[in-house]
Amino acid sequence: MAVLQLREAIRAAMVEEMERDAGVFLIGEEVAEYNGAYKVSEGMLDRFGADRVLDTPISESGFSGLGVGAAMAGLRPIVEFMTFNFSFVAFDQLVNNAAKIRYMSGGQFSMPIVFRGPNGAAGQLAATHNTAVESLYSYFPGLKVVAPSNPDDAKGLLKSAIRDDDPVIFLESESMYGLKGEVSDARDYMIPLGKARIAREGADVTIVAHQKSYWRAMEAADRLAEAGYDAEVVDPRTIRPLDIETIAASVKKTNRLVVVDESNPFASFSSEVACQIQERAFDWLDAPVMRVTAKDVPAPYAKNLIEYYMPRTEEIVAAAKQVLYAN
Amino acid sequence: MPIPVEMPKMSDTMEEGVLVAWLAEEGDAVSSGDIIAQVETDKATMDLEVYDDGVLLKKVIPAGAAVPIGGLIAVLGKAGEDISVLLAGYDGAAGAPAEASTSEAPVPPAGDGAVQPAAPDAESDTTFAGDDGRLKSSPLARRLADEHGIVLQQVAGSGPEGRIVKRDVEAAIRRHTPAPGVSSGYRMPTTMIEMPAEDVSEAVRLSQMRKTIARRLSESKFTSPHFYLTVDVDVERAVAARARINKQAEAAGGVKISFNDFVTKACALALRVHPAVNASWGEQEGVVLQHRHAHVAVAVAIDDGLVTPVIRHADRKGLAQIATETRELAKRARDRALQPEDWEGSTFTTSNLGMYGVEEFTAIINPPNACILAVGAIRDEAVVKEGAVVPGKRMKLTLSSDHRVVDGAVAAAFIGTVRSHIEEPLSMLL
Repeated sequence: MAVLQLREAIRAAMVEEMERDAGVFLIGEEVAEYNGAYKVSEGMLDRFGADRVLDTPISESGFSGLGVGAAMAGLRPIVEFMTFNFSFVAFDQLVNNAAKIRYMSGGQFSMPIVFRGPNGAAGQLAATHNTAVESLYSYFPGLKVVAPSNPDDAKGLLKSAIRDDDPVIFLESESMYGLKGEVSDARDYMIPLGKARIAREGADVTIVAHQKSYWRAMEAADRLAEAGYDAEVVDPRTIRPLDIETIAASVKKTNRLVVVDESNPFASFSSEVACQIQERAFDWLDAPVMRVTAKDVPAPYAKNLIEYYMPRTEEIVAAAKQVLYAN
Repeated sequence: MPIPVEMPKMSDTMEEGVLVAWLAEEGDAVSSGDIIAQVETDKATMDLEVYDDGVLLKKVIPAGAAVPIGGLIAVLGKAGEDISVLLAGYDGAAGAPAEASTSEAPVPPAGDGAVQPAAPDAESDTTFAGDDGRLKSSPLARRLADEHGIVLQQVAGSGPEGRIVKRDVEAAIRRHTPAPGVSSGYRMPTTMIEMPAEDVSEAVRLSQMRKTIARRLSESKFTSPHFYLTVDVDVERAVAARARINKQAEAAGGVKISFNDFVTKACALALRVHPAVNASWGEQEGVVLQHRHAHVAVAVAIDDGLVTPVIRHADRKGLAQIATETRELAKRARDRALQPEDWEGSTFTTSNLGMYGVEEFTAIINPPNACILAVGAIRDEAVVKEGAVVPGKRMKLTLSSDHRVVDGAVAAAFIGTVRSHIEEPLSMLL
């Protein structure tokens, strides 16, 4: 085990997979000469050369489409977006090309491609640079969506994503790149996609939260413990395929669920979890499923407003107390 | 001017009423004669009418609260009208219902799940305003209740708007499961089983009826000196007569006569002969009231109590009419649909536990009557007739009398007349 930053864990996964498989390459804006906008790919150009670490023009639709073509031709591209906000100009390449080619070709083509980059809000970046995309991309059948909350999960999940024969949207976080944590250095350290992690065991209320929200949820669990409530925190890690069984089993134990998600609330990851849980665990629910999400507006710029916009620890505590009938 | 709606006196014995359900919402336009709520009195659940036109401005008390007669229930008026002055005028009364309901009924702590609606929260009566009468419970609470045989209607909800949640059902399960160990999470103790004292008894809220029964019968037993006379009545002829009557009634599609109808009729006729028994003690007036008419009340057991609807002029009515009226009144009693005129004005009461196999018993006089007749079961007995032991049918009647009004000899003469009517039913035709 080594203590790595999130960016180092991601880099370790890419390096290991590129050493293992000559078909894996990294392409994106500033990934090579500049060592990555957030230094995720630092040193990789020197190590693998310009054939496998490629800088591109500012043209997301172009290099995303290039990646799709390379994957169809049998390579395993890793396409980095400087932020997933910019993936919207490559929307067609992601949701129509990458997501549907296996289906539309009757299985003649697989699509072993990873689109990765920072997701969600990162402070005062205003409305167009603060979008959380997990709810959006998990909407499309054909795409897998991964959103790790810590360096170890990031490494194990990214290695699984790179080896996966389907397109994977791999979501990182600008504000979490410096987050440190113990990371396995086992050479084939793989965490399977679609497996949630019970991060904290508890008996009274289940809190489902991923990525940045996961840390808010853990804070909330501490606060709830001070108030005498024993919260269980489940980190889904993969948004799609979703490990609903683990969540449902937890809810059947605690009878209460709060879903935390920094997406906007409408037709979102949180609404999906709430829906599936009422389908699977209706008779175990002692209270309606509560959600804590970004507010249903474009992300504001002002410091106080963006802080208010994001799911906050006190909101999670309040929601948990509400389903505990503890208010 | 806003118009107050106060708790009316709905029966002669009523002291307070429980507002069972609101039937109108704040802001609704109402006119004279509209029913805005249901009120449980000591005898029945009755409709609360308004006598004015206007808008229901405020529901002063939540559903489930008890209000003394004259207490403020609601305020009518014009939309937007200021009612603060009126409310202030009722300050004591408006506060009284809440006090009355907490001081008179032992309200268990929230979550204890006694038989009562969710403890109304004075702060949040608006949440009750939208109450559509549905029983609210979480899915888990319903499943738990089902698995443990808990009747949700008997569990008080501690969640929002009275929703029954897990902890409420669990509390109810604990009460119904004296020994721990049922839950798979606990190991059955092998030595001492601790039984918390608070789990031993279940607090059942006093209904208005139960309060009234308690008050009136205590008053009767503690103030009127009871004495008891028991006779064993030969009912062979009456049983035979009833069989013949009912056979004909069946053929003709008429009403069937119960044995108790014979008793009612016999008592009514005997009351005519012995007016001293058909009387009431009037200490304050310095009189004994001898009643001109024979109105015989019949005790009817219903859920959580009993009522005594009256067969008026039973002496002048035929058995078929007595049977029809008794059956109708008993049905309405069980439906809690009796009106005050159905139970007021009795001059004598009968109580029959024969159908439970009770051989004889003593009844407590139903004020303001002077006497009550307790009717036992019809028994097959070996009896002596003309020097021979033969099979016979017997029934014991026990008359409780208020010695202030009726002396032993008078009571004995009365019960003798009742007996002779039942022993020779044809005499009731005369």
